[in-house]
Amino acid sequence: MKKITIVAILILCIVPFSVRAAESGMPLERALVDITDNASLQRGAESFVNFCLTCHGASYMRYNRHRDIGYTNEEILEKMVHTGQKVGDLMLSAMRRKEGEEWFGVAPPDLSVIARSRGADWLYTYLKAFYRDDTTGTGWNNLVFDRAAMPHVLYQLQGEQKLEVNGDQRSLILDKPGQMTAVEFDKFVGDLVNYMVYLGEPHAGVRKELGIKVILFLLGMLALSYFLKKEYWRDIH
Amino acid sequence: MSNIFNSMIEWIDKRFPLTSNWKAHLSEYYAPKNFNFWYFFGSLALLVLVNQLITGIFLTMNYKPDASQAFASVEYIMRDVDYGWLIRYMHSTGASMFFVVVYLHMFRGMLYGSYRKPRELLWLIGMCIFFVLMSLAFTGYILPWGQMSYWGAQVIVSMFGAIPVIGETLQQWLLGDFTLSDAALNRFFAYHVVTLPLVLLVLVFVHILALHETGSNNPDGIEIKENKNPSTGIPVDGIPFHPYYTVKDIVGVVVFLIVFCGIIFFAPEMGGYFLEYNNFIPANTLQTPDHIAPVWYFTPYYSMLRAVTVNFLGIDAKLWGVILMAGSVVIFCFLPWLDRSPVKSVRYKGPYFKIALTLFVISFFVLGWLGTKSPTPLYTLLAQIFTVIYFAFFVLMPWYSKIDKTKPEPKRLQE
Amino acid sequence: MMADSFSINEKMSDRRKFLIAATSVAGGVAGAAIATPFLLSMMPSERAKAAGAPVEVDISKLEPGMLLMVEWRGRVVWVLNRTPEMLETLEKVEDELADPNSEKNQQPEYAKNRTRSIKPEILVTEGVCTHLGCSPVFRKDIAPADLGPDWLGGFFCPCHGSKFDLAGRVYKHVPAPTNMVVPPHVYLSDSRLLIGSESEGSA
Repeated sequence: MKKITIVAILILCIVPFSVRAAESGMPLERALVDITDNASLQRGAESFVNFCLTCHGASYMRYNRHRDIGYTNEEILEKMVHTGQKVGDLMLSAMRRKEGEEWFGVAPPDLSVIARSRGADWLYTYLKAFYRDDTTGTGWNNLVFDRAAMPHVLYQLQGEQKLEVNGDQRSLILDKPGQMTAVEFDKFVGDLVNYMVYLGEPHAGVRKELGIKVILFLLGMLALSYFLKKEYWRDIH
Repeated sequence: MSNIFNSMIEWIDKRFPLTSNWKAHLSEYYAPKNFNFWYFFGSLALLVLVNQLITGIFLTMNYKPDASQAFASVEYIMRDVDYGWLIRYMHSTGASMFFVVVYLHMFRGMLYGSYRKPRELLWLIGMCIFFVLMSLAFTGYILPWGQMSYWGAQVIVSMFGAIPVIGETLQQWLLGDFTLSDAALNRFFAYHVVTLPLVLLVLVFVHILALHETGSNNPDGIEIKENKNPSTGIPVDGIPFHPYYTVKDIVGVVVFLIVFCGIIFFAPEMGGYFLEYNNFIPANTLQTPDHIAPVWYFTPYYSMLRAVTVNFLGIDAKLWGVILMAGSVVIFCFLPWLDRSPVKSVRYKGPYFKIALTLFVISFFVLGWLGTKSPTPLYTLLAQIFTVIYFAFFVLMPWYSKIDKTKPEPKRLQE
Repeated sequence: MMADSFSINEKMSDRRKFLIAATSVAGGVAGAAIATPFLLSMMPSERAKAAGAPVEVDISKLEPGMLLMVEWRGRVVWVLNRTPEMLETLEKVEDELADPNSEKNQQPEYAKNRTRSIKPEILVTEGVCTHLGCSPVFRKDIAPADLGPDWLGGFFCPCHGSKFDLAGRVYKHVPAPTNMVVPPHVYLSDSRLLIGSESEGSA
């Protein structure tokens, strides 16, 4: 009987652990995510407000929630709120849905939980994989998201890339440099993606901290209940 | 102090059968003394049920069953409600763990022949609980109104359309609209929070009553009631459920809670199995996600739904898929009459049954895994092969269980 | 016996007694710990708190004698610009008031004065009767038929007949027990009033 138990547990362990599918089949670069790194999250938050929030909303998130990442209310108002909103307001997009549909064909999606559906690696690779393509409406295309409706918002920072096809190999090379070096840009996107992971689940840090306490308590409880059971079962054996 | 307590109990007993019920179901309910690991899952299922009821009540305080607000209200719970994230994760993790626990509970029954006479009705009530549980899981999964909620429900509801003649009308009646929409969301919410939980509670109550009528089975599959102490009338191999199995179940509960909390606090998405990634995208009625798969606990049946690709016997493949899928669940109900072995427990059954059960478990897992994948010709072929094995386990059981070489059952429980 | 299996009886070993007690205590702690997040989840959410954030009011256009209604935390707050004649009545009615000196804690320290305000002429008070929560009516008419010849203007609650003067102070012999509540407020400038906060920073 023990054998069956062990086999059952083994089978459960072998079950593949992630079911997220990379639709384009492009290998994704790994994003370095550390939601305890407040400095990175704050840099990411400022970039997010400056570059993303113009078109996208993060409409399930309140500005004052960013006290999580080490800001005070005053700092949030100064560094993040540029639209005359209040500190307790939701992070709504400056652009209206209708306008988005007219300009891009589809309304830019809300980004509150985008990191939970796409994953950090996808976002990181995607934001770095824009290249010039005159056949598209925006003049840009993307290696991981073919014919993305979004133009390359960060091109002034990254510069312009172009696509090089070498047999099956498709790669991007920098055509015109931008304001940042490649290393600086990687860090910039890294911070932005790190922030979006935080944005997807702002309580994740609290969750893990609380979890450790709960598990430790339960381990104590396990010892007590085990001895109690042993004590009673001496009657039987 | 104990005097006041005793007279209080006495006062109640004259008005309500408290002590007699306590005795009948706990302190003088004699359970076989050799319960092993597999016997934890009944009480754990009760624990998860309580978890689902309480967290569910608190979720309804903030959830909005409205197609335009549902998705946002879930994120509202996750962000704006104090500890809303914890309550939601307890509920979403509880849903999956309910199936883990119930599947293991059912597998225990299959290992030790718990469905055999005199427990056929107990098994059937249990199957009813399983059907209600599946309905609860289905209606609950729709509520966040994400992409997987929407398209998953779309697929399931379309199955009703496969029923000849009345299919389309039935589908519209179920949805209250010509397509899956706000009307369906609203009524599925009603089923999920009122109708089904009520039915489930009644069935669980009846399940326990039936169990305490026949008495629990055990890993040896013999009836302890057939060997009673002549002077006391108590089964010689029985021990009072309380305190012995209550203290034992507490250990089981704590171990379970460690696993449960481990998931809630450290992996609430469980790699996309408990909370699917695509369900973090609000429902879009115009665009199906590239890859849709039901939640893991439905994938074995989903694989069988997809496995039929040819029309035969004048019935088209779509309807066959639906029939197979429904049949794959319903067929469990016939186990008490399919099993012709002279012994109940796997311990005394012969090699045929052991091989058949192993193949069945493997096919259940393989079908489950295939159900999470996009279909390819190879996967479809695999699904077809394992669907045949899955059904063969049941259909051939009257034959192989009869000719199997069994070992003699002992008279007393083995330590 | 039911009582036996619950209570710790004398036949049990000390070890068993100790383990039962310890496990029960740990179970109790666990129960309380689990209940806490559920109870806390019923407190006002972040959305409610944001909706209840301080409200800024422009009072530059508030003429003397005019009453402005403002919503704060879902309740009505009155801003009344009192004329000199109205202010004179405050002293005259004091004999008939239950708490003319605002001894009961129904206002911030800076409004504990005869006018119950920061600026004498501007009254800021929640328009909620302290009896059972109806909103009183502003009655500035003097000696009307229904309120009697002694009425010099004030607030009258139509639900149960409570009366308040023009500083929100309650009259004697009416159902309402206390003066009306003055919410925390601060002047950001001469004409900009912030209701719901005492500091200028939390706008």
